[in-house]
Amino acid sequence: MNYRAPELLKPASFRFILLTLVCGLLFNLLSWQGLALWFRPDFVALVLLFWAIREPRKLGMGAAWFMGLLMDISDGVILGQHALAYILVIYAAIFLHRRIQRFTLWQQATHVLLLLLLLQATMLLIRQFGGAVFPGPGYFLSALTGAALWPALSLLLLLPQRGKPDPDSVYSAGHK
Amino acid sequence: MDHQAPPFFKHGPSPLARFVFFTTLSLVLMALDSRLNSLNALRQILAVAISPLQQLASTPAELIDRTSDFFVTQSRLQNENALLRQRQLVQSAQLQRMQAMQAENTYLRKILRAQQQRGESVVTAEITYAGRDPFSQKITVDKGSNHKVQAGQPALDDIGVIGQVTRVYPFGSEITLLTDKDQAIPVEIVRNGARAIAFGHGQDGTLELPFMAANADIQNGDILVTSGIDGIYPAGLPVAVVSKIERNAAFAKITCTPSAGVNRHKQLLILVGAVLQPPLPAPVEPVAAQPSSGKTHAVKKRGH
Repeated sequence: MNYRAPELLKPASFRFILLTLVCGLLFNLLSWQGLALWFRPDFVALVLLFWAIREPRKLGMGAAWFMGLLMDISDGVILGQHALAYILVIYAAIFLHRRIQRFTLWQQATHVLLLLLLLQATMLLIRQFGGAVFPGPGYFLSALTGAALWPALSLLLLLPQRGKPDPDSVYSAGHK
Repeated sequence: MDHQAPPFFKHGPSPLARFVFFTTLSLVLMALDSRLNSLNALRQILAVAISPLQQLASTPAELIDRTSDFFVTQSRLQNENALLRQRQLVQSAQLQRMQAMQAENTYLRKILRAQQQRGESVVTAEITYAGRDPFSQKITVDKGSNHKVQAGQPALDDIGVIGQVTRVYPFGSEITLLTDKDQAIPVEIVRNGARAIAFGHGQDGTLELPFMAANADIQNGDILVTSGIDGIYPAGLPVAVVSKIERNAAFAKITCTPSAGVNRHKQLLILVGAVLQPPLPAPVEPVAAQPSSGKTHAVKKRGH
């Protein structure tokens, strides 16, 4: 097994993190209907997970909680449902971030799948307490699509931190 | 001498502390929202804050709709136009008759000194998105409190009742469909005038009539309309058709298919008459405490 040296990346700017969160919310708010709605991954949760794993110091739980609150409002559900689920999953992600970072993107995706299932299960539990009926196993489909999207999303969100290699830098020679 | 070195990095509270704090906050929010309904102001503010984003998000779908509208063939348009003209002619004749009848009805009611029925005006609303929450049957439309929409008003399409406005924001409102598990509507069977209450069944898009005796006079294909005794839905609007009856137990299990639906059109009507909404019940006073305190008082007096 060959060991890949971790890539040296520029730190992500706060503005970029904010932009990705807003974009995630925008994707969630698109008018998904019917079957597409079952397959719709929770983009906000994916973006939050990405930053929690990549830059756990920059993305606090307050941000996750607030995004959850916005999701609650836009879905018209009880306030705190998404917020609590996001907090739980982001805490788990921050707890595991050193471990998850070591894996390749597809191996990371399996971890993300479990975290997304935890997210769905938390919301299911909250709604069951409220007396809602289980909408069927198709409810968990969005976790699968979310995990499948993880590698592409990671590559996309890492792009601005890559930047041009400095030709004078000692680190850039021989890397790759 | 006790001396503590300053920390190298400032991290703030630990993740666990933050986790506990925000979890508690979420739980408190949930309790406040579900039990006390006291967070409406917060909901309104945040809803207004994200409404530009929602509008932006609904543009791609609108754009697709408009482009597909643009490429409709002319023959189809002509056919549709002819059909609509014909229907309009028939309906205008019906409308004239109805206006005459309404005038007569008002006159008769005046004579009988019966309660005047409310005049209704309608607001046409467009569905912005449907069914984002998999646990409930709700849709969101683009007309809100700025267009005189209030919580409690009924929503209709060209066939019958769709549901009821349950939450209102300034630029939009949320309509709970009749098929939602928590939604109920008082109905009447057209054939024999028997009254019942239809409840939503949740996911499979049907309604059911509970608490009807196994030998109740009801048949497959019976048409259910609103009975109008609730003061919310005007009487006589089509609601559903009875599709299946099982008379095995003491109560019959009656399943109905809703007449109207949100899958066919993007537009719907909201009746914006005055809603006769009963006030929320006042919190129950602890009654048991008073007699006992009075008794102790009385005992004390006797002791004196």
